Amino acid sequence: MSARAPSRTDALLAAADDELILGWRDSEWTGIAPSLEEDVAFSSIAQNEIGHARALYELAARETGGDADALAFDRRPADYCCCPLVELRRLDWADTIARHWLYETADAVRIEALAASDWPELAGLARKIQREEAYHRLHADMWVDRLAGGEERARLGGALESTWLYALGVLDGQLRERFRERVAARLPWFEAAGEPGVEHTRGTHTAELEPLWDEMTMVRRSVPGAQW
Amino acid sequence: MVTAEQVWAALAEVPDPEIPVISLVDLGVVRDVAVDGDRVTIEFTPTFLGCPALDAMRVRMDEAVRSLGGDPDVRVVLDDSWSTDRITPAGRAKLREAGFAPPAPREAGEPTLVQLQTGAFRCPYCGSSDTHLENLFGPTPCRSIRYCDACKQPFEQFKTI
Repeated sequence: MSARAPSRTDALLAAADDELILGWRDSEWTGIAPSLEEDVAFSSIAQNEIGHARALYELAARETGGDADALAFDRRPADYCCCPLVELRRLDWADTIARHWLYETADAVRIEALAASDWPELAGLARKIQREEAYHRLHADMWVDRLAGGEERARLGGALESTWLYALGVLDGQLRERFRERVAARLPWFEAAGEPGVEHTRGTHTAELEPLWDEMTMVRRSVPGAQW
Repeated sequence: MVTAEQVWAALAEVPDPEIPVISLVDLGVVRDVAVDGDRVTIEFTPTFLGCPALDAMRVRMDEAVRSLGGDPDVRVVLDDSWSTDRITPAGRAKLREAGFAPPAPREAGEPTLVQLQTGAFRCPYCGSSDTHLENLFGPTPCRSIRYCDACKQPFEQFKTI
């Protein structure tokens, strides 16, 4: 075991779990998104998020002497560190776009902080993730611009409102306030106020995590130790 | 006894699993080759972290070193030392010939929508810059889809990263 402060691995695992679970949620649009372009986009974004999770788990595993696959799949749902935002099952496209945009905006704030880490491997990995995430943000921005113009704004606004407190629960302290400022600057018509409750904040899980976990780990649990 | 030059030459023959017209050396993903006796250590960086070709690349580099009689140790480096600017001029030419528009040079900042939505990207078939963005995402993480309004042909644009 390393002498490094455990909080560093905690931050790493929180980011990894967010990316894994959101990647899973994004992949649920594969085959059924409203257009072929979005089918491709969400599938590709899902693939990237899971790639980021894998790299973050590998770094965490090196730190703790564990195994990346075990971190990803062998913990109980309660032991994951993901935030409630990524667990939500969004079946409506407006809700999906609202979550996508809010998450990418919050994630950008987090990745910038990780890229400034004095742990060189983490900073280097965060910089690589940052370059890939730039495309996710462009995609999310494009959608928000498209929906913010006309009568769609009311629908997007409703979706943002129902997702907003969960989005605040992704980050805490200074990072949360930085995120809030960016949302306010980008969407002046949206009231970026309020404080998340315990149910919105990292540390608790929604009822939607367990069915996801059950499906995600089913194959691995069915043949323990199998090599793929 | 294997030499580093032989290893580089062998890796220059290893095709990218997803875009086989270009080799791993053309792609610039091989960061370093170090030879110590029979031991050959290769450092390489994936293009995208979620690239499913990662394991296939590792296996093919392993095989290339073994075919020279070396003992391979392929190390994946997960940092930002690779960018699309590392694709060699020969690699860019091969991409264009195969119908993939090579990536625009990476500027100081991140790509912007304004940039991607301008006609600064040339069609690999007819050379026209009268092209538009169809989808930021494509068949693999490293590609976007554009459409040429001059020759009416969709094409794949390597993302700048």
